[in-house]
Amino acid sequence: MIFAAIAVVCAINLVVQTHPISSALSLVGVMGALAALYLLLGGEFIAAAQLVVYAGAIMVLFVFVIMLLNAGTEHKGHRTWAKYAGVPLLLVFLGLIASLIANRLPASENVVFGQFTKGSPLEIGRALFTTYLLPFEVTSVLILIAILGAIVLARKEID
Amino acid sequence: MPQLPPSVPLSWYLALSLILFVLGIAGFLFRRNIITVFMSIELMLNAVNLSFITFSYKLKQVDGHIFSFFVMVVAAAEAAVGLAIILTVFKNRQTLEIDELSSLKN
Repeated sequence: MIFAAIAVVCAINLVVQTHPISSALSLVGVMGALAALYLLLGGEFIAAAQLVVYAGAIMVLFVFVIMLLNAGTEHKGHRTWAKYAGVPLLLVFLGLIASLIANRLPASENVVFGQFTKGSPLEIGRALFTTYLLPFEVTSVLILIAILGAIVLARKEID
Repeated sequence: MPQLPPSVPLSWYLALSLILFVLGIAGFLFRRNIITVFMSIELMLNAVNLSFITFSYKLKQVDGHIFSFFVMVVAAAEAAVGLAIILTVFKNRQTLEIDELSSLKN
């Protein structure tokens, strides 16, 4: 519950802050809190991967690009249609899904730490290399393509 | 200081996931800096990951963890390519404001 509060506060901070660096650091806070929640839900491997991949690698990439582009605070633009239509639609969406959660899932079942033990690296690896072998291999090809694409997009033009 | 409950219902995790997702949409709609918009997308992916893990706990199956792992991998690839695109855009246009990047519109 404490981690949930941390996550929500950091996420609000992400949306409200005007400087990209502040938003990036708030996002790191969200990801750290979410990793703790994954651990509470029994996902040890996913919690570690969340910390290493998201809070480590991806956010370093973000901060690096922000520093490289010297991004400043954003200007106050004119109000677009998104500001008028967005807020009511967001509230409608929030209410719809919240009512769905409240109706379909009664609040009787509590989360007990240690009840779900299949989130260990052993179980994840077993499922990943037997049932999900083909998606795993396709993912590796996807990463290869992404690396090539990133290099091609970000290189300097060579005459 | 009020006493915190020792354990919370499962639906609270889904509610947190919903709140984070809605905040991600809000950031996506209302922010003008392209990097912040990108970070909002990452926030939405994280929210979906949380609900995957929660349902995996509920159903006592490991599949949710696998899916969440795949989402993480795809997010990493997407971040690499997206940030490369942002670098290229900034090199050509010298701006990060999404309102000024409207040459595809006309």
